[in-house]
Amino acid sequence: MTATDASRAGTPPAGEAPLIEARDLTKYFGSVIALHEVSLHVRQGEVLCLLGDNGAGKSTLIKALSGVHLPDSGQLLVDGKEVHFESPRDALHNGIATVYQDLAMIPLMSISRNFFLGSEPTNGWGPFRTINLREADQVTREALKEMGIDLRDTSQPVGTLSGGERQSVAIARAIHFGAKVVILDEPTSALGVKEAAVVLRFITQARDQGIGVILITHNVNHAYPVGDRFTILDRGRLKGTYAKSDLMPADLLEHMGGGAELDELRHELEEAAGVDPQPPKPPAGSIAPHA
Amino acid sequence: MATAPARPADERVRNVGLARTLLNRPELGAVTGAILVWVLFAILAGDRGFLSLRGAATYLEVAAQVGIIGSAVTLLMISGEFDLSVGSMVGAAGMIVAIGIGEWGWPVWLAILAAFAFALAVGFINGYIVVRTRLPSFIVTLGTLFILRGLTIGVTRTVVGSTQVGGLRASTDNDPIAALFTAQIGPIDVAIFWWLGLAMIATYVLMRTSFGNWIFGTGGSPIAARNVGVPVARVKIVLFMATAASAAMLAVIQVLGAGSGDVLRGEGKEFEAIITAVIGGTLLTGGYGSAIGAIFGALTLGITRQGLFFAGISSDWYQAFLGLLLLTAVLVNNWVRSRALKGG
Repeated sequence: MTATDASRAGTPPAGEAPLIEARDLTKYFGSVIALHEVSLHVRQGEVLCLLGDNGAGKSTLIKALSGVHLPDSGQLLVDGKEVHFESPRDALHNGIATVYQDLAMIPLMSISRNFFLGSEPTNGWGPFRTINLREADQVTREALKEMGIDLRDTSQPVGTLSGGERQSVAIARAIHFGAKVVILDEPTSALGVKEAAVVLRFITQARDQGIGVILITHNVNHAYPVGDRFTILDRGRLKGTYAKSDLMPADLLEHMGGGAELDELRHELEEAAGVDPQPPKPPAGSIAPHA
Repeated sequence: MATAPARPADERVRNVGLARTLLNRPELGAVTGAILVWVLFAILAGDRGFLSLRGAATYLEVAAQVGIIGSAVTLLMISGEFDLSVGSMVGAAGMIVAIGIGEWGWPVWLAILAAFAFALAVGFINGYIVVRTRLPSFIVTLGTLFILRGLTIGVTRTVVGSTQVGGLRASTDNDPIAALFTAQIGPIDVAIFWWLGLAMIATYVLMRTSFGNWIFGTGGSPIAARNVGVPVARVKIVLFMATAASAAMLAVIQVLGAGSGDVLRGEGKEFEAIITAVIGGTLLTGGYGSAIGAIFGALTLGITRQGLFFAGISSDWYQAFLGLLLLTAVLVNNWVRSRALKGG
């Protein structure tokens, strides 16, 4: 891997403008440089994985993309046109939706009430305007089916769904209400292996429908199978953006900065056990740092 | 031709049966509670008038008084907030009506309008402070509880020279507006209709309107609700205003009904309203509850208070009973909620 590889994957090619592009975003919190001249872009039907250790600036970056934080400098472009997001609502109007891990759904409300929360379909007029619950149920069921989730009963509380299903419903909702880019903040970090697979499969489904996905994670095992490109952040700076064809999972972990530490750990453990420290190197991607 | 079902049944949807469906309703605890206390007092006091129409009318009247506030407090609690100032609001709004009519010779409609306007303003202030400072509403409204009660006592003694204003009957007896709040239909007090009407409106808003969906969302997870565009602050402020208005409503009914105002009216009503909501299946943490449940919660309180009276048991025991009901209700409702989430 050379620096030229990284810069090639990180620069949008000429032609169709990316759905969303960030150029040299910088964000300060007082004297802390949370982000320093970070650039990325996502095209239609593409999964960009945003990787980095805790404190690398992933959260700050997605908050800048989703309108929570206003960057101190740098540009944000949607469909090639510069935008300034004052609030998450602005981002939503521009087709940028963010699904937060624990804050996507309200467990005690029904699936269809959750699905339409804030955008309820109504019947009637004035004070007699009522929620059209039948339509809500039907549309929810259809929207989910379109995305490959065939749900049982949409009038059940969301709390009865598994964690993976819950994330998937939240993503389907964002897409149903017009999102072109879906930003997923650690959607798999609290999930078991099977549940994470449910969400990852769903992400590829969304990609195949032409949605641009930004997937934030620090689990290389989750990122590698679904990602088309990988942007790695380290201490608020861009470490590089790599196309999948250019690297192996082990490289990815190495780039994230966890590789060296894990090698060292392995070395120490082996010394402690009195083993000759020259074993074959296991695939580094199989060891994922945990939240 | 209408025999075919609208959509094919999904083989994974188990027919859970009526009993199980009912077990998952938030109202379950309240309905059971109301029936149990009714049976208890029917046995203890059935031969002393509890079962008569007059007996029913008295416990319904007591239920109506707490239920009028209880409906609004239920919606407020579902949105995740408390209002401890409702009891003081009953006293303050009541004195506005009493002083307005009795001391200053206002027409009844003006006094009522002034009481409601004052209540809406205080409700707005409560709500505004809570959403702006993000302080717990428990503390904010504890403050308003004492401010309102203190102001009511202080201002009344300054203006009137005592803490009571009586003799309103002369001005209210033939007033058609006053009759709206004090009329008797047979043995039934009109307050009972106000109570049931307000509870129906609360249920309609909660279950059938977008605003109701926002109430659940606001209480269930304010951040998630805000993320999808629910105006969380507005929902809370509107509900604080509705709660204060419901206290004014009760104040008008009490003062016009008794023909007198007292600065201490409504004391403890804030807790009775919360107990009504909780027995009715509303969660203290918000996001879950039922205005229908609150009807049965109020009924449970009314039956208990009047049942003790008919059974000849001193009302000294009422509070102990109330506390016991509250604890039982919380335990039952916790169990109901965890069942609902398991989808059993």
